[in-house]
Amino acid sequence: MATPVNSPMVGKLVSIDVNVGDQVKENDPVATIEAMKMYVKIYAPASGTVREIKANPGDVVNPDTVILVLE
Amino acid sequence: MLEQLTQVINSTGFLSLTPGNLIMWIIAFILMYLAIKKGVEPLLLVPISFGIFAANFPLTGLMEQGGLFYMFFHNGIQNELIPPLIFLGLGAMTDFGPVIANPKTLLLGAAAQLGVYAAFFTALLFGFDIAEAAVIGIIGGADGPTTIFLSANLAPHLMGAVSVAAYSYMALVPLIIPPVARLLTTPKERAMVMKQMRPVSKGEKILFPLLASLVIILLVPKSAPLIAMFMLGNLFMESGVVQRLTDVSRNELMNIVTIILGLGVGATMSAENFLKPQTIYIFILGIVAFAFASAGGILIAKIMNLFTTNKVNPLIGAAGVSAVPMAARVVHQLGAEANPQNYLLMHAMGPNVAGVIGTAVAAGAFLTAIH
Repeated sequence: MATPVNSPMVGKLVSIDVNVGDQVKENDPVATIEAMKMYVKIYAPASGTVREIKANPGDVVNPDTVILVLE
Repeated sequence: MLEQLTQVINSTGFLSLTPGNLIMWIIAFILMYLAIKKGVEPLLLVPISFGIFAANFPLTGLMEQGGLFYMFFHNGIQNELIPPLIFLGLGAMTDFGPVIANPKTLLLGAAAQLGVYAAFFTALLFGFDIAEAAVIGIIGGADGPTTIFLSANLAPHLMGAVSVAAYSYMALVPLIIPPVARLLTTPKERAMVMKQMRPVSKGEKILFPLLASLVIILLVPKSAPLIAMFMLGNLFMESGVVQRLTDVSRNELMNIVTIILGLGVGATMSAENFLKPQTIYIFILGIVAFAFASAGGILIAKIMNLFTTNKVNPLIGAAGVSAVPMAARVVHQLGAEANPQNYLLMHAMGPNVAGVIGTAVAAGAFLTAIH
């Protein structure tokens, strides 16, 4: 089952902290965004394999933006 | 010959230095160290601490009528010019989106003013008069310009102590909020994820400063200098058509007046004015105010949850102590600690900016009641 990882809030994507093919467990950090001058880690909502990375560092992301997809 | 030599020596500052001056220099250097080495509110503490340092030289006349720092203080602060100008800049960088999306958070910003009143009554018990107690209480609002504004009105002799207390406790927000929040919430409450906020339209964001002015200024007319400027700055930003005014309000103008504000406030801290037991009480009461402000927000959030279906994470109440955006960041971290999937930052911005308004209103209410 594919699980999209969306940005939890409006911000600037700073980095993607995983690569395609990586195994992640639920609550592992997968990306970092900057909002209100604070770096906010985004944690995996479920365990799985990173199938696709859909956003690039520097992008402005919002709750509709899918950053990466887990499977 | 000897007489002239004595005269020259007497005209220098050396013989007129008092132990009080030296103690104030040490205090100035400590604040300077904190600002430069530890990054504690440097934009304010560097000018304030240098103001303290310079004002404690003997024979300079800096703070006598007509002196340079006297003019900064008298024309900038005492006549209430600069704090509203800073509010203009703050308005031009405040996003009311989270408040508009979830107006309940306005109540949480108001609830945090409980800290203001807790410290006010405690200060009365400590023997401060009513005007002084109000100025000490407002420290709990964690809002520097408002604290300075109220103290210029009610108790100028306390300005140095209350503003340094306000700014230094603001920097300590990451140490003050967590123990209070952990005491008053269960891990399960802290882990609670909030419903995603609805998007807010541009029209709503333009209308908000106008509606908020109407309600607040009619309700508490004395809050007008702060609220009107805050909302004007916000209108500059949200209208999108006066980018130049927005930029100058939040950058150049704010930076310029901050220099004058800092020097003027620092210069009020002469040895005879500051080295008193009451200064210690002010610092103790200040931290009481901060702790009660965080507690007030959290408790009201919990009470609110009893009556509403769309529940809030009680942690966001703690962000009602303004100190934008530091309090919201601390709240976010506490939430993420309890549950990594919990992203409270934007939810906490609601009470956070509401707290700024709340403090300005509390100051206006004090002015109305005491004058």
